[in-house]
Amino acid sequence: MDLSLSTRTEGDRTVVVVGGEIDVYTAPKLREQLIDLVSSGQYHLVVDMEGVEFLDSTGLGVLVGGLKRVRAHEGSLRLVCTQERILKIFRITGLTKVFPIHASVEEAVAATD
Amino acid sequence: MAQVELLLSPLPAHVRTARLVVVAAARRAGLDASLVDELRLAVGEACSRAVGLHRVHAPTTAVRVVVNDEPRGLTISVTDAGPAAGPTSSDLAGDMLGSADDDDDDDDDDDDVYDLVDPDVALAVLAGLVDDCEVDAGAGGTTVTMRWPLPVRPVGASGPGATAISQV
Repeated sequence: MDLSLSTRTEGDRTVVVVGGEIDVYTAPKLREQLIDLVSSGQYHLVVDMEGVEFLDSTGLGVLVGGLKRVRAHEGSLRLVCTQERILKIFRITGLTKVFPIHASVEEAVAATD
Repeated sequence: MAQVELLLSPLPAHVRTARLVVVAAARRAGLDASLVDELRLAVGEACSRAVGLHRVHAPTTAVRVVVNDEPRGLTISVTDAGPAAGPTSSDLAGDMLGSADDDDDDDDDDDDVYDLVDPDVALAVLAGLVDDCEVDAGAGGTTVTMRWPLPVRPVGASGPGATAISQV
C-alpha cells in the first residue's frame, strides 16, 4: 500500500494524517509535506500515525527532520500512535524520549507541555 | 539450497518488493504470525540500507537477498557491495537529531531519497530488533544474516507441501 497524506487545522495546530507505508520509497512524500507546512508558517504539527501500516528508519529520519525544522521556529511536532508494531521502532532508537507520543489527536492537540 | 533468492536493482521501490517476497516465503515456511511484523521491518531495514549504499557505491550492482528454510530456522541474508559496516552507535536518537535530514534545499531531485538512508541507523535498528542477527563486513561489502526460529516439524516433513499441511 502506498502512502496517503492529508492535513487539517485544529486551532493553532496542523494535523497531518498519514496512512499506509512509510519507507525509503514513500518517505520523500512525507518529507515534502512537512517542509511545505513549515515553509508556510505552520510550526505546531500533530502527525496522526494511527493509519500507518509500516514505518522504518528512513521514515523516522523524516520525522526527526520535521522536528528539527519546527524547533527552529519554536514549534512542536507531536505524534499520535497506539500501535505496538509502530511504537517498537521508536523504542529501539530511543526516539520515545524525543517525540511526545499521544494516544489520540484530541490529546495531542490539547497538549501544551 | 536457497528456497528463495532475489537480485534487486538498487531502487527504493524494490525494497517493498523484497519485503513482500520475504514475508510470503516466511509465511510459507511456517514462521509464527507474531514474528512477521518483526521480520518485515528487519528485511526493510537491511534492504533499504543496502539499496542506499549501492546507489552511492555500486549503482549497477544488484542487492542479493536469500531466504533459507532450514531445520534450525528461517535464515535471511542481505548482501551489499558497499563499504564495510562500522560499529553501531550507543546514542542513536542523539545521532539522528544531530544529522538527519539536514538539507533544506527543497529540490525535487529524485536522488534525494538516498539521503534518507542512514546505514548506521539501519544496522542499529536491526541489532535492537532481531535477537539473532550477524553482520559480516568484508572488503567487498557486508552481509547481514538474520535468523528466526520455526515451529518444530516432524522428521522428513520439510518440503513445501508438508509445510502447507502443518499450517492447517
